[in-house]
Amino acid sequence: MATVIKVEGISKTFKIHHERHQSLKERLLHPRSGSTEVFDALADINFSVDTNETVGLVGHNGSGKSTLLKCICGVLQPTSGQIHIRGSLAALLELGAGFQPELSGRDNVYLYGAMLGFSKKMVDGIFDSVVDFSEIEQFIDTQVKFYSSGMYVRLAFAVAVNVDPDILVVDEVLAVGDERFQAKCIDRIRTFQDEGRSILFVTHNADQVRAICDRAIVLDGGHMIADGPTHESLRIFREHLMGSAQEHDHSGLLASISIDSLTTPSGAFHVRSGAGMHFDVHITSQSAYSGNFVLEIFTRKGLLVSRSDAKGSPVNLTPGQNVVGVDLAQIPLLDGIYDVNVGIVDPRGNTVIAWREGAASIQVTYDGREGGLVELGASIRQQ
Amino acid sequence: MSDGSSARVERRSLEDDAFRIVSARDSLLTRLRNLWNRRELLSSLIRSDIRIKYKNSALGIVWSMLTPTLFLAIYWLVFAKFLKNGIPNFVVYLFAGMIVWNMFNTSLSTATGVIVVRSGLVKKVSFPREILALANVGAATFYFFIQVLVFGLYLLVVGHAPDYAYFWLLPLAFLALYFFTAALAIVMSAVTVYMRDMEHFILIILQLWFFMSPIVYSYEHSIAPQLHAHGLAWLYFLNPITLIMLTFQRTFYVSTVVHSTVPTVVGGHVFPLINVLPSWPMSTYFYLDIALLAIMIVVFLVAEVLFGRLQGNFESEL
Repeated sequence: MATVIKVEGISKTFKIHHERHQSLKERLLHPRSGSTEVFDALADINFSVDTNETVGLVGHNGSGKSTLLKCICGVLQPTSGQIHIRGSLAALLELGAGFQPELSGRDNVYLYGAMLGFSKKMVDGIFDSVVDFSEIEQFIDTQVKFYSSGMYVRLAFAVAVNVDPDILVVDEVLAVGDERFQAKCIDRIRTFQDEGRSILFVTHNADQVRAICDRAIVLDGGHMIADGPTHESLRIFREHLMGSAQEHDHSGLLASISIDSLTTPSGAFHVRSGAGMHFDVHITSQSAYSGNFVLEIFTRKGLLVSRSDAKGSPVNLTPGQNVVGVDLAQIPLLDGIYDVNVGIVDPRGNTVIAWREGAASIQVTYDGREGGLVELGASIRQQ
Repeated sequence: MSDGSSARVERRSLEDDAFRIVSARDSLLTRLRNLWNRRELLSSLIRSDIRIKYKNSALGIVWSMLTPTLFLAIYWLVFAKFLKNGIPNFVVYLFAGMIVWNMFNTSLSTATGVIVVRSGLVKKVSFPREILALANVGAATFYFFIQVLVFGLYLLVVGHAPDYAYFWLLPLAFLALYFFTAALAIVMSAVTVYMRDMEHFILIILQLWFFMSPIVYSYEHSIAPQLHAHGLAWLYFLNPITLIMLTFQRTFYVSTVVHSTVPTVVGGHVFPLINVLPSWPMSTYFYLDIALLAIMIVVFLVAEVLFGRLQGNFESEL
């Protein structure tokens, strides 16, 4: 294992001009006017990424995750600190940003490859697989300005993933393209993982991080608040999200709800596959509140097994201790340990009021013969 | 799920690779090394620049010969025929100055706005930003050589022999021109990010600069006597383009003293002698050119440093 990215004490400060004087006349007439506000987008970030690692960078909008990524890719200069990078790096910041609409797809493949830092010879070698992956063979000699937006994105992605980078940086690009193409991209990312490359993956979609990443780094307001195994970091991310929701509430009403514990009648979270289960969620509230209850069950590998619909499960909390009972009529899961997250969200389902990530772990035992995740009760016979 | 694929294949080990460092301010040496490492991008951009420029025009690359030739014809008509400047073989004289000027003019008028124009790229893709401006200079260099070709053909056709003894000075003069043009181009491209007026302003400056350079008139004949009288000849040479043009003109036009094509009014039918070019020995040209080249390399390095300072705030201005 070798370290491929080492981020040391990175800070980034933006100067925000409230009145922009960009013409000569304005600069001369008002040399000092227009207030300038200094905004710290990143403050003292430290972490490193090894080969073979897939690291998720999570945080909500404005947390600085894209700024950090741009610094790593060299698009932005940090205000202070250093980033050390080893090996070739391909960044999917905005697909097709380097395309020249007047040139043909073929010319653009070479130009884009050069922009990503790859030689003409290398692009020659991968040209066919790029065209293959992008599925636009018959239009490769057409000017790019005549492409549909989907073709545009497919071609750009195809170049970036085929140029054989040691480090792949992905910034929410998976949000574009149709579902089939997204699946293809995720597939390609998995191949990358299998080949032992490093991937830095930025998103605010916790499910994607859970599904792809070994490790996650959480940013909030330009500060790094967590760096650890994915489920550990996501717990902090969720709980922090709740924290900031409270700060934004002016009534002070919501600041006082906490989920204390989960208990079962037997005291244990063991269950046989196929059996039902009941547990109580203990919630302390300082005031009356009615919101929706959310239940999530994940595999240890981070696959979402089930999420209850927040809108269908209202609870009315009274001041003091509350107990919410959860009945799982039948658990068809196979052998394994499953993590339970519970939370309260506001009635519209937009804001997390209280959250408990990894509130309990359910151990399921199964002695049937099916393999996989769930028992479907399959019986096979010839007709 | 990636369950089945847990056995990961170890790729080429990166342990022996050196770290690249991204920091607040890179040293000049690092920036020059980065530029050198991305030379393939530079040539890609130059090629796409040239291709895009003539993509949808019927005459294509012919325009890069046609436009200068038409300008040449106009200047010849105005200065040799209407204003009667008296310089014989004026087209050759004009041509030698114009190829130098076109390179400078084309580079600066395209490079000045290039970072603003390509801001989408600057904000999304990592590469040394000055490469955008250098690509414009590179494209202009390409047109320069095409025009040199046309010039050579013209000389063949009219049977005008250049002074081959001076040929070896041309690379020196050209390199000085290249470094000076590149230096101005990258600085202007960065300044324009902060002051958008520069894009318009530069066109006026270039227009002035054209007439401050010995292209359509002779320095030695029209400017030197007055300046020498006041001891100000050095002033004219503050313009680095001047010396470069004189070197080209000396090589291609050859004659320093010629008979004017316009007879004097008083004597009638007497064609007086005029000094078209300075009558320096070759060694003077050499010393001046080599000194200019050295200065221009320093100017280019200073421009690189300046660009490095200016690019720090690009993202909040674009």
